[in-house]
Amino acid sequence: MTNQVSVQTEMLTRRFGKFVAVDRVSIRVGKGEIFGFLGANGAGKTTLIRMLCGLLLPSDGQGTVAGFDIYRESEQIKRNIGYMSQRFSLYEDLTVEENIEFYGGIYGLNDEAIRKKKTQIFAELKLTLRAKTLTRDLPLGFKQRLALGCAMLHDPSIIFLDEPTSGVDPRVRRAFWDVIHRTADHGTTVFVTTHFMEEAEYCHRVCIMDTGKVIALDTPENLRQRFQQPTMQKVFVELVKSRIGKRI
Amino acid sequence: MSDPALNIINFSKNYGSRVAVDRVSLRVKEGELFGLIGPDGAGKTSLIRAICTLLKPTGGQILVNGLDVARDIFAIRSILGYMPQRFSLYPDLTVEQNLKFFADVFKVPEAEREKRLAQLYKFSRLAPFKDRQAAALSGGMKQKLALSCALIHTPEILVLDEPTFGVDPVSREEFWEILAEIRREGTTIFVSTAYMDEADRCDRVALMHLGKIIASGTPVQVKAQYRFPLFRVTGKQLRQLREFFDRQPAVHNTQLFGEAVHVSFTEAPAPGDWQRWVRASGENLQKWSPQQPTMEDVFMENIGGESQ
Repeated sequence: MTNQVSVQTEMLTRRFGKFVAVDRVSIRVGKGEIFGFLGANGAGKTTLIRMLCGLLLPSDGQGTVAGFDIYRESEQIKRNIGYMSQRFSLYEDLTVEENIEFYGGIYGLNDEAIRKKKTQIFAELKLTLRAKTLTRDLPLGFKQRLALGCAMLHDPSIIFLDEPTSGVDPRVRRAFWDVIHRTADHGTTVFVTTHFMEEAEYCHRVCIMDTGKVIALDTPENLRQRFQQPTMQKVFVELVKSRIGKRI
Repeated sequence: MSDPALNIINFSKNYGSRVAVDRVSLRVKEGELFGLIGPDGAGKTSLIRAICTLLKPTGGQILVNGLDVARDIFAIRSILGYMPQRFSLYPDLTVEQNLKFFADVFKVPEAEREKRLAQLYKFSRLAPFKDRQAAALSGGMKQKLALSCALIHTPEILVLDEPTFGVDPVSREEFWEILAEIRREGTTIFVSTAYMDEADRCDRVALMHLGKIIASGTPVQVKAQYRFPLFRVTGKQLRQLREFFDRQPAVHNTQLFGEAVHVSFTEAPAPGDWQRWVRASGENLQKWSPQQPTMEDVFMENIGGESQ
């Protein structure tokens, strides 16, 4: 991790009519940081992420992503981020290699660049032996890595992961997070949204949201200590329960 | 001795040449909250569907209160409540209409209906939403409605297939509290989950992987099977610190987390070892403390070399 800022928001707000989905959120995420977002459904995580990805304009406040302004430079932002959803958007009838080539084309890489990226991604994500395998025949752990590879073809400086390892075998999860940590070490900033403590533990810092507001932001260890709870799950439940009375 | 609520004897299920469940034997006592824990693809759903008489065993036998799932299909369905993995309610019916529909299907006598609905509303706290269409409920509320429908005929055994999948942490907590309440009323519960941290909510658990049971017992017993002293270590550069421990001969395994490395040893390190490692790592190593093994650690250990 370095001191360079990758994502910064200042009082960022998004309203839908009278409903305030994201309420004055100020965060600062460093380059190479693995930053987790926890929140119940409807807490505002998705709206916030959509603004950071340049998919939704804020109602108020400021923000930059990879140095680009979220109001005026959403196209540059989109070119600088990668997104991997829980339900991977891979083509099951294409081979591993063909998926990479296809996504490379979408990102506007030329043949030479695609070839180079392919070699590099295959080596890093240990996919070389599976290059000619049909995606639908891949075990889940390989699909995840391929989805990650596709999300990173254009060398994004930030990647967004949505519950990337929920439900997988722990060995697969650990291997996946080893890859994510390596990626972060190379300077890529990683945003993770998740419901699950198992994933939160792999983050450098986690941000807990409720009713559009950031209600806690710290390292998992500090949060566990501050709330005197053994797990992040319990920290989260304590925090959110204590706020239920304050809701309108 | 009375029959166990659930007796699974050498049960196997094949789909063509693929073995989904491989000679599984389990006994669940009456009134027990039993957790079947394993990742996607472990075979949990096949086992659950067989218990609910929806799948024929390829081999072995499953007895529900002494009744055979291959023969006594209707007798079993009347004493068993099943909550499938995917939402199976009618989205365009209201909460109350869904409950009444299931009451009809399970032939709940008219005289008992109002009382049963009142009970189900009480624990689910869905009464204020009874006129809302099921489609308009939040994820957590949908789960509670599905659970209520599975309980409409007051089953002796409740079987749930990953009821907390995709549900947010607060609703998840509430759901487990409701299960504990149902258990206190004497209902036997058999529940599957992919989330290892839910194991502690159960009286007993079985860990499942690639169709086999790889460990079972109370959560405490299962975690006690982890036989390597486990430590949480922190330092200035975590990745280098992990690589450092990977090179030490007494180290069994290492795992990098967000702000610490977990290191398991083949034998417990002596105080002198730690001092030596502080120096040998160039003072990268700063803190170490014993770490309680989790269900995930036990799982990792027991699946051996069968990884992807």
